[in-house]
Amino acid sequence: MLSLADLKIGQKAFVKSFTNELLSTKLIEMGCMPGEAIALSKTAPFGCPLAITIAGYELSLRREEAASVMIELVA
Amino acid sequence: MPSDTKHTHLKIALLGNPNAGKSSLFNGLTGLKQKTGNYAGVTVDRLEGSTSFLIAETKYTLSVIDLPGIYSLFPKSSDEEIACKTLLDPKEKIDVVVIVADATNLKRNLLLATQLIDLKFKTVLALSMMDEAESQGIKIDLAGLRTTLGVDVIPMNSRKQVGFKELKAAIVTAKISDSFFYDINSPFLNKETSYVQLVSSSLVDGKGTSTFENADKIYRFNTINYLVARYVQSPEQLSRKATTSKIDAITTHRVFGYVVLLAVLFLVFQFIFFISEAPMDWIESAFLTFGDFVRNSLPPGQLNDLLVNGIIAGISGVVMFVPQIAFLFLFIGFLEDSGYMARASFIMDKVMRRFGLNGKSVIPLISGTACAVPSIMATRSISNLKERLITIFVLPLISCSARLPVYTLLIAVLYPDSKFLGVFNSKGLVLFLLYMLGFAVTLITAFFLKRFVKVKEASFFIMELPVYRWPQLKNILFMVYSKVKVFVSEAGKIILAISIVLWFLSSHGFTETYKELDAKIEILESSAATQENKVELKKLGSEKLEHSFIGNLGHVIEPIIKPMGFDWKIGIALITSFAAREVFVGTMATIYQSEDEQNTEGIKQKLLKEKDDQGNLIYTPAVCWSLLLFYAFAMQCMSTMAVVKRETKSWKWVLAQLAFMSILAYASAFGAYQLLS
Repeated sequence: MLSLADLKIGQKAFVKSFTNELLSTKLIEMGCMPGEAIALSKTAPFGCPLAITIAGYELSLRREEAASVMIELVA
Repeated sequence: MPSDTKHTHLKIALLGNPNAGKSSLFNGLTGLKQKTGNYAGVTVDRLEGSTSFLIAETKYTLSVIDLPGIYSLFPKSSDEEIACKTLLDPKEKIDVVVIVADATNLKRNLLLATQLIDLKFKTVLALSMMDEAESQGIKIDLAGLRTTLGVDVIPMNSRKQVGFKELKAAIVTAKISDSFFYDINSPFLNKETSYVQLVSSSLVDGKGTSTFENADKIYRFNTINYLVARYVQSPEQLSRKATTSKIDAITTHRVFGYVVLLAVLFLVFQFIFFISEAPMDWIESAFLTFGDFVRNSLPPGQLNDLLVNGIIAGISGVVMFVPQIAFLFLFIGFLEDSGYMARASFIMDKVMRRFGLNGKSVIPLISGTACAVPSIMATRSISNLKERLITIFVLPLISCSARLPVYTLLIAVLYPDSKFLGVFNSKGLVLFLLYMLGFAVTLITAFFLKRFVKVKEASFFIMELPVYRWPQLKNILFMVYSKVKVFVSEAGKIILAISIVLWFLSSHGFTETYKELDAKIEILESSAATQENKVELKKLGSEKLEHSFIGNLGHVIEPIIKPMGFDWKIGIALITSFAAREVFVGTMATIYQSEDEQNTEGIKQKLLKEKDDQGNLIYTPAVCWSLLLFYAFAMQCMSTMAVVKRETKSWKWVLAQLAFMSILAYASAFGAYQLLS
């Protein structure tokens, strides 16, 4: 299964589930929850952290945090 | 006030997401009627303000608490926990909750809003950034929102002071909403009877409630999606975000991003290092003039001396920091308010993390080259507790501007003819080396520290990259004002106390010699100020210092500092400069009876000639290097200690830092002396 860390810049996806419960509580309150559409908007110069567009705003998170977010690519 | 007017007092809690415009609203509501204090039980800053107004013959006084920004009622950091606990504390007796929600990002902001409505306080929803929402083409059906949420919804524009009158009116007539947004079929509700009890018990338990927490949030977002679809019209492509993306293309670019950051850091550095120099000089000379005035207008004696050399000098040492603190926070305010700070952390996070630091550590660390005090206060913006503590711990290792006079004097003694290897300017080269050494040791220490520092808080780097906005000068000035006030009142107390203790130790003695010297000086001071008398006074002053408590202490610690190559005279300077490094130069001038205290050239000549009992030179390169390294790493700054105590809220960190830096300073000075002599 793909995680948010596997996305390429500009790619869109849906959030499916989380593998880290503690992180999921934080991500959900930031609007990043299962079913939500997200897109990878950019990464910092050395590939980490990532910036994703979600619910009309931009959220930054570290790569290993992104790896705990399971996604499904938008066909 | 006429006797027939009623007087009603209401306590208001302001809550909202970070970046939702809570502080603009708080400042707009209360103006300068603000005070800082601590929360009950925990020593975290608490900002309270008040405002009074008349509505329909009734005088209302609102006391407003500005609570830390939160995303939901389930706290993820200690700041957030305080916000939730304060709100639910029955002792706080909060009458009305004002929710601040960003109109340009209603969906995420409504999560907290609906949770707060379910707590069944009297509630008002303030929609901030309405001007921006309008310019983005967002249309909000306020009447629809009011009906569904069951609370008054007030559109606001703090920038233009729009909506405050309406907000005040809404606060005094606020009611408890009869809508609810939690899942009444939730299995978690079996045990508890209301949402408030559910949230309160999860706050007490802390862990193990994430299933309920997530279920609650997802349930709410489903409702919110429906609400937003029904009452909010927003265009698909937002023009404002396009501007943000264009700026981001530069500020987060792999080359230009760092160029911009470097330029910003350079500007900050210039301001706190050079531009605050002039105001600091004014403050210093103003205090000196005032001190002279007091000295001459009061009869000479103990009280006079305490006032001038203890208290006035101590207060001057506190106020001296104000320009640097103000300039640094002015800059930080602009960087935070505009949205750039988040980008700076974004591009620096990966590099800084290797050293246990955070992307947000960069600005405090660079500002540390000017002064550690405002820089430590600036670490507030680092939300990750562990990374913040490490940043605070290593910050004083960076060579600050107070070390410069010490470095300058010692380098002048080390290389009197100012040339090194024939080509380089020795002063510049050694200074450069010392600064680089400071940075290197800072990073190495942080690197090792990250293994040892354990904190309970979970570590996230999940943060919003807000859209760029024009910073609001008024808000920034409020922040600068409160930072300066907090420093002067809190750290100032400790600094003043230590100054007085040091004054006492250096101006009192218990030996007979001391008393004789004191008597001689008194006689000389009252006689004619001839050139001869002046020279004699200098000599006596030096001897008096040698026989004071501090002088005795210098002798006592000689065996301890001997391995670093220091004699008891340097010992005295080490003790007096414990309060502030730059005092070293002045003390050396007194001890060696230099003709001119301001001029390092005079002290340099004396030091170059100084010999021990066997006729060997004392200030050999080995001793100079040893002293340089000692001052590079030793704490020797009570203002830093006072501010670390304030920011970490514990003496534990202060003592650990003092112990670590002392050992590091001793070891490197010892190493340098043994190696070179």
